[in-house]
Amino acid sequence: MRKEALSKGTIYILLSLGAILMLLPFVWMISTSLKAPNEVMAMPPVWIPSEWQFGNYSEASESAPFGTYFFNSIVVTVLTTIGELLTTILAAYAFSRINFYGKGIVFAVLLGTMMVPGEMLLIPNFVTVSNLGWIDSYEGLIVPWIASIFSIFLLRQYFFSVPQELSYAAKVDGCSDFKFLWYVMVPLAKPALITIALLKIIGSWNAFLWPLIVTNSQELRTLPVGLSAFTTEAGIKYELLMAASTMVILPMLLLFFVMQKYVISGVARSGLKG
Amino acid sequence: MQKPTWKSTLKGYLYLLPALLILVVFSIYPIIKSFLMSFYTDYDFFSDTVNAYGLENFTKLFQDPNFITALKNTGIFVIGVVPLSIIISLAIAVLLNSKIKLSGFFRTIYFLPFVTSVVAVAIVWSWIFHSDYGLLNYILGLFGVDPIDWLTSPTYAMPALIILSIWKGLGFNIIIFLAGLQNIGNQYYLAAKVDGASAWNRFKSITLPLLSPTMFFVSIISIINAFKVFDEIFALFNGRPGPANSALTVVYYVYQKFYEEWEFGLATAAAFVLFLIIFLFTIIQLIVGKKFVHYN
Repeated sequence: MRKEALSKGTIYILLSLGAILMLLPFVWMISTSLKAPNEVMAMPPVWIPSEWQFGNYSEASESAPFGTYFFNSIVVTVLTTIGELLTTILAAYAFSRINFYGKGIVFAVLLGTMMVPGEMLLIPNFVTVSNLGWIDSYEGLIVPWIASIFSIFLLRQYFFSVPQELSYAAKVDGCSDFKFLWYVMVPLAKPALITIALLKIIGSWNAFLWPLIVTNSQELRTLPVGLSAFTTEAGIKYELLMAASTMVILPMLLLFFVMQKYVISGVARSGLKG
Repeated sequence: MQKPTWKSTLKGYLYLLPALLILVVFSIYPIIKSFLMSFYTDYDFFSDTVNAYGLENFTKLFQDPNFITALKNTGIFVIGVVPLSIIISLAIAVLLNSKIKLSGFFRTIYFLPFVTSVVAVAIVWSWIFHSDYGLLNYILGLFGVDPIDWLTSPTYAMPALIILSIWKGLGFNIIIFLAGLQNIGNQYYLAAKVDGASAWNRFKSITLPLLSPTMFFVSIISIINAFKVFDEIFALFNGRPGPANSALTVVYYVYQKFYEEWEFGLATAAAFVLFLIIFLFTIIQLIVGKKFVHYN
């Protein structure tokens, strides 16, 4: 055994302290969300509410149209994810399995645009979307986000690892390109597709700046935009504010707990390109 | 693969069409457009007509004390977040990598903030930072520290923003570092141990040099991300750039000029400056990154 600088015990203590600091804001959020108003501002702080006020959640969802925000977030997240998966599958297939004129140039141009920060595209895209009449509409929230260069590259790499012989065999059997892609490549690439979908779901659900500028009416707000407006509406009612924040955060935490293997592998892969 | 033919070319572009259509309209065209827009000096958004072009936006930009403040604040934010975040996440990654049970469990916890909405966690932190009833001041009070006006004093607004950002981004760096650490072969450590090297020397002479490509990648990505900070500020200070503009950053400046003041030319010019800064770091990464490759 290698002699360690720190004993196992010390490592556990350090990691646990760090973990407590990471979890504290979440614990505090949930604790506050279940408190009666008089306990919220109690000093010293009350960690476990004397009576759990689950009513705070219904009160928060009634004092702002959180049902609508929730619905919008789900619609936008589901449709952008499905849209991105479709465009990504088709494009990654073209880049990995079809040889065509201009492939190298198109690929290089796309690679180059990845360097441009999204914030720079904000204003021209706002102008485009308003020229299309898409301000304050689902189209405006969804369409600009249904293709991603990063996802295309990720899937293209994955497609490369599928043996070329498979497609020859399929051709001999009279299988068309499209059928081959759909029935052979897509099922084989399932882990990569799940990773792409999860990163997209998390990104879409949490997106803020774009939905903030392309929505004007309450009816089209997504959860983060609605929540941000609610801070002004709720004023100093921290128990309601924390209940609303919990409703926004919880779905992604649950999703992450169930699917963390895929999320982490996707993030780790984004680092490997360096 | 066969040589390209016109038939295969048609097929190729047919498969690319949906993705290309979206990317051309919403990624490639706006790059060109925003470059042009930064030279619009007289622009009517409602009719989408340009009456005059010029360099005026850029001269105006650098004469605007708010933009200078934004550049300065962004710089402070980058310096405040990046080194600390890298040191902490590297330390945690090394601990997580030291063959302990529960390593996966800890990794999950450290990663949690990464999957949550910035707006939601910033609101939670604004409650933690509350000067009278906030958790942070209470804990500091236990150590005899007087209550701090985290969100209302211009001195402490930036530190508050930095604390939130480090907490939020730690998980991402840890995952990347862990991937890098797991790529280092055990034989180096065995050899060093035979030679009687201490743990600190092993870290200094094996881990750090072999991890340098990862370290470099994490630094550049962190710097780029820090330059783009916006959501955190908007949510933490309730739709304002902090007290007395103390958390006004470049992207916040762009948002203000564009969305609140409808100064499209000035806003795109500011966004263009941001792009140049980020581009510079990307180029550095590409050039210096190449030199690191033979380390592997």
